[in-house]
Amino acid sequence: MHVQGLTRVYPGRDGRPPVSALGPIDLDLYSGEFLSVVGPSGCGKSTFLELLAGLAEPSAGSITFEGRPVRGCVPEGVGVVFQEDSSFPWLTVWENVAFGLESEGADRGEIKRRADYAVGFMGLTDFVKSYPAQLSGGMRQRVCIARTLVLQPRLILLDEPFASLDQQTRLLMGDELLRLWRETAATILLITHALDEAAMLADRVAVMSARPGRLLEVLPTRWPVSRDSRIVEDARFGAITARLWTILRDESMKAMGRAESKDPA
Amino acid sequence: MKRHAWTRLAIVLGVGMMLEVLCRAGAIPRLIMIPPSEMLASAWQILVSGQINSDLYFSLGNIALAVGLSVAGGFLVGLAIYSVPPLRTAAEPLLVSYSAVPPIVFYPMLIVLFGLGRIPQVVIAVMFGLIPMALHTISGLRRIRPVFWKVGRVHRLSALSSVLRIQLPAAGPYLFVGVTLAVSYSIIGVISTEFILSASGIGHQISSAYDNYDNRTMYGLVALLLGIATVLNSILYRYSRRMLNRWTR
Amino acid sequence: MRRRQTFYIAGFVAVLLILWHALFLVFGPRVLTPPWATVVNAWNLLRAPEDWPHMAESIRAFVIALLIAFGVGTAGGILIGASRAGTEIFEPLLVNANSVPKVALYPVILLIFGLGIWSKVIFGALHGVIPVLISSIGAVRNVNPLYVRSGQTMHLTRSQMLRRIWVPACVPEILSGLRLGFSLTLLGTIFGEFFASQKGFGFLLMNAIDLRDIPTIMALTLILVVFALLANSILLAIDRRLHRRQT
Repeated sequence: MHVQGLTRVYPGRDGRPPVSALGPIDLDLYSGEFLSVVGPSGCGKSTFLELLAGLAEPSAGSITFEGRPVRGCVPEGVGVVFQEDSSFPWLTVWENVAFGLESEGADRGEIKRRADYAVGFMGLTDFVKSYPAQLSGGMRQRVCIARTLVLQPRLILLDEPFASLDQQTRLLMGDELLRLWRETAATILLITHALDEAAMLADRVAVMSARPGRLLEVLPTRWPVSRDSRIVEDARFGAITARLWTILRDESMKAMGRAESKDPA
Repeated sequence: MKRHAWTRLAIVLGVGMMLEVLCRAGAIPRLIMIPPSEMLASAWQILVSGQINSDLYFSLGNIALAVGLSVAGGFLVGLAIYSVPPLRTAAEPLLVSYSAVPPIVFYPMLIVLFGLGRIPQVVIAVMFGLIPMALHTISGLRRIRPVFWKVGRVHRLSALSSVLRIQLPAAGPYLFVGVTLAVSYSIIGVISTEFILSASGIGHQISSAYDNYDNRTMYGLVALLLGIATVLNSILYRYSRRMLNRWTR
Repeated sequence: MRRRQTFYIAGFVAVLLILWHALFLVFGPRVLTPPWATVVNAWNLLRAPEDWPHMAESIRAFVIALLIAFGVGTAGGILIGASRAGTEIFEPLLVNANSVPKVALYPVILLIFGLGIWSKVIFGALHGVIPVLISSIGAVRNVNPLYVRSGQTMHLTRSQMLRRIWVPACVPEILSGLRLGFSLTLLGTIFGEFFASQKGFGFLLMNAIDLRDIPTIMALTLILVVFALLANSILLAIDRRLHRRQT
């Protein structure tokens, strides 16, 4: 994916000046890599993801995916997992996962095969007939991931998917994500506010500034492909996390200071 | 849980038995009430003999028509109010006051305007049922989580497809509660108007039986009516509960 | 916000009145009476001495029905709500009873209570008592256990607990139920008046139907509508005042 000069500006309302939410951002996302994006609250991380996914229109700049521009709709081959639980409460786990396939017009046998595979992949086989309301938060996010997986996307965008989970579940889900990444060979872009999560999971970590979000630095981690959450033992983990925080600390204070001074912008 | 269901059944049957005994013993004169067993027998007889079939069809037809209009109209009104925020603030006080005035007061005017027949009855029934449906539509639409729209776009569904496969099921249970209420109110509306002044229908037949001192027929019809209404309402209510429960922890 | 809402209501009423008048112009005086004339008619009806016994009858029936519905509903609801078994047994029965077309029972009530005022009263009370029961049960059951525990930690006596915790906690929800009960009792009483009655508003209306006396029909309908709206507004204001204290 190639992002150039990406900007998002919200027009002013009630006579106030327009608010620059994001950008300009230049970024190249390489096929098969695991990129994480971190930044202070309100810097526009979610907006960034929505722009990349084609869910929102940029005010300026361009995004291309596999050579084709991204405009107005979500390109084929891109999957998105949202921060909020987006599992459909009226469908069972299996029906949720199979949801995307129904619209592709595949035949019954194919649907069953692919849905079963995704369900098994995410460890949900014992729960296929349950409803999301009966599952824990972590399981429900797994359902959402499985639902995205089943379409075999080449790029998976995740917007703080584990934000509402407890720390230990998060770590385990991080391992799951790495396994998913290795076995599908998809490109992954993970937005997170947890620095340790970004540092332990990603090949590269992009740091965004406070609003309007721009890319301050992109840190390569150079981890081996076959890693998991135990990478925290590695000496460089602390250094990377420390570096991220050094950059971010100022930005976070800026973001908080802005909130405290009750700046209407 | 089951235990209480049995208790309820016992209470209902107990009251029935008591009435049966009192009626048969003559403590309650026949002019006032006939034994419940005879009510049921009469109801069965009426149903089987088909003597009031045309009235039955008339009433049920009106009810069905009223339900259709209430549900469709209520849904559209609810959708409109939900989608247009200024309408929402405007409509809120009006909707609250709406339940203050029993629609039945307009029946005399409607009779004079449209004569005795389907129209005044259906209009009153729709007046009963439309607003609750609208209110539940709004409540249902509120339950559609914003993220669902995004999921629809990620799966690249057309707008229509998204509405049919995501939004409608998401709002479904609440819409269904609205439908349940529309049915219940339509029944009340139609039957009430038939009682007051009508040329045909179950209510009219009950009213006639009353005027003719024909207690057996009257009670039979009442039992039949209550039976049909209760069964219908119970089924709808149970189904809507089941839909709602699937969603909650 | 309140001012804007009042504006909208006024606007809505204005639109209704204009529509009314427009329909009158289209369909003529044999079908409708225009707004102002209706108001004048209504006023005259209210002042005419021959109508007073009817109005008195209706008001009397309504008030008694209301008292029964409120009294039985609140007391019964509290008693049932206080017991878990009671709630689980009776609440579903009541919810079921709510959706039954009680109009079907009116002839039965007439047979039992005769053609006098009591049929109307019982019928009206029957309509109103069920929602009051349901909401009273709900009010008692939904009292936040935290309040109760706070009271216990403060070592309040039985009567103090009742007076200072239970009652204030239950009142708002019970009052909402009373509002609903009011409308339904009105519905029941009016219906009772329509059906088989020798005196009262309903009788006047049925009479007017027979005589095709459109001005009277419209005037009477107007009186009923205004009364219902006024009463509901007052109850709403009380409801709102109470809820504001809570939140």
